[in-house]
Amino acid sequence: MRELATTGSGGVPLLNASGCLDALTAPEVARSLDAFVTKTVTPLRREGNPPPRIAETGGWMLNSIGLQNPGIDGWCADSLPALERLGVPLWVSVGGFSASDYALVCERLDEVEPVETIELNLSCPNVDEAPESAAELVAAARAATTKPLFAKLSPSLPDVADAARAVADAGADGLSLVNTVRGLALDPLSLRPRLARGAGGASGPALRPLALHCVDACARAVDLPIVGMGGVTSGRDALELVAAGAGAVALGTVLFADPLAPGRVRRELAAELEARGCSSATDLQGSAHESTFSALPSAG
Amino acid sequence: MTASVETPSPGLVLGGRPARREALGVLGCEQLGPYSLLRLERGGMEPGIPGQFFMLEAPGQLLPRPMSLCQAPPGELAFLVDPIGPGTRALCSLEPGAAIHALGPLGNGFDLNVERPLLVAGGIGIAPMPYLSEALGAPPAIVGFRSEAHSEAAQDLLPAAEIAIEPQLVTDLLAEDPGDVLACGPEPMLEALRRLVPSAQLAWEAPMACGYGACYGCVADIEGRYDRLCIIGPVI
Repeated sequence: MRELATTGSGGVPLLNASGCLDALTAPEVARSLDAFVTKTVTPLRREGNPPPRIAETGGWMLNSIGLQNPGIDGWCADSLPALERLGVPLWVSVGGFSASDYALVCERLDEVEPVETIELNLSCPNVDEAPESAAELVAAARAATTKPLFAKLSPSLPDVADAARAVADAGADGLSLVNTVRGLALDPLSLRPRLARGAGGASGPALRPLALHCVDACARAVDLPIVGMGGVTSGRDALELVAAGAGAVALGTVLFADPLAPGRVRRELAAELEARGCSSATDLQGSAHESTFSALPSAG
Repeated sequence: MTASVETPSPGLVLGGRPARREALGVLGCEQLGPYSLLRLERGGMEPGIPGQFFMLEAPGQLLPRPMSLCQAPPGELAFLVDPIGPGTRALCSLEPGAAIHALGPLGNGFDLNVERPLLVAGGIGIAPMPYLSEALGAPPAIVGFRSEAHSEAAQDLLPAAEIAIEPQLVTDLLAEDPGDVLACGPEPMLEALRRLVPSAQLAWEAPMACGYGACYGCVADIEGRYDRLCIIGPVI
């Protein structure tokens, strides 16, 4: 992500995962990142799902927030001025229920100068899906704006590399990998779902192998910059996503437990690089793709 | 984790209020009836305003747990915990020598600028009352419990409180003109109080992942809109 300057050593821009930070209630946390990604904005105001919206279950977090947001008009009127004053590079997450929804919001944001990048939320498990494919949604967004478009994909796709190729062809400028995966938790006494809407998005450290696989597979399939995310809690987790091919890393669920995680992850990442004798993480970007057998002598 | 000397964190502003995050040593955890009083070293933390809460790291759990500050003796922060799930049970099992991270103080506390305070609590809702009582000069208090066994906690925490044991309810003990009610307890109790005393200050509860407005998990229906209890509450 050449347009993202980094504030820490190691050269890996850190962002928050969309929906995991409100810059206006935690401005210093937002400022500790290299860019702030908003909660998904939809055409109309959404109240979101009724509570209970969150649960912890077996090492995962489940959420069913339901894209509560003021809608693009409310966001432009109320949130944008305050976000501008904050002075953190701004990525806006865009969601909707049809291709025209994505186009509508992207068209509005196209005129908003402080918006650096648009992240397309194509994969939220907590709302009804748009009928069009991810590629069709990206194409609709592409036609509506010249801003950089990052497509956020689900780890549950049958072939994430295929999806990456399809959204790349449709005009995506980058990938955000990964969103949450669907999960369910039952109350042990009632044996009914603990979340009001039933299933929710599962996140946390257990998501990391899925995120690593998706980043790795997509980095091999397309030549697009990737923001890697999914269960990152440490500098080593971040480094592994970079090794898999990510150029930037986002912190999600860890921010709930530790709003100071960005500073800690940066320190840990710097220590990891120093231990490996690397001055920059970009030295190691994609190193997971190098053949592990290249150093071995051939047989015979 | 073991107790360690950790550089205090820089101050953060969360929800417009100053907060810190630090690892605090465990001083002890004593049972009070069915509840436990978890006592932590205060470290560099500010206790905040009665009604505010802290997010406490729960050993073995992914997410911290929200706990109202119960008492703030010098050098300490104490929390009353009801062990109803894996996180609260982990908090109740902490032993001296351990340390857990705490984030706070968080949320909207009680408005102490009241003329005739009356504290009303139900069950674990007694948790913020000792700190509140101290701040208000030990005003009258009514606390309701499910059973005698549950009420054991009240004797140590609010010795002068009037106790109601089910089927008697706290609302049965309210005077005609109860004054400035400050309450914490189960939703049906808070809703009944709101109907009887429209001006009552009510401390609501919700499951929380972050406690500082990031996740939108803790919303409650406030006059037809979903609002984050960690930001506009818990005291509304």
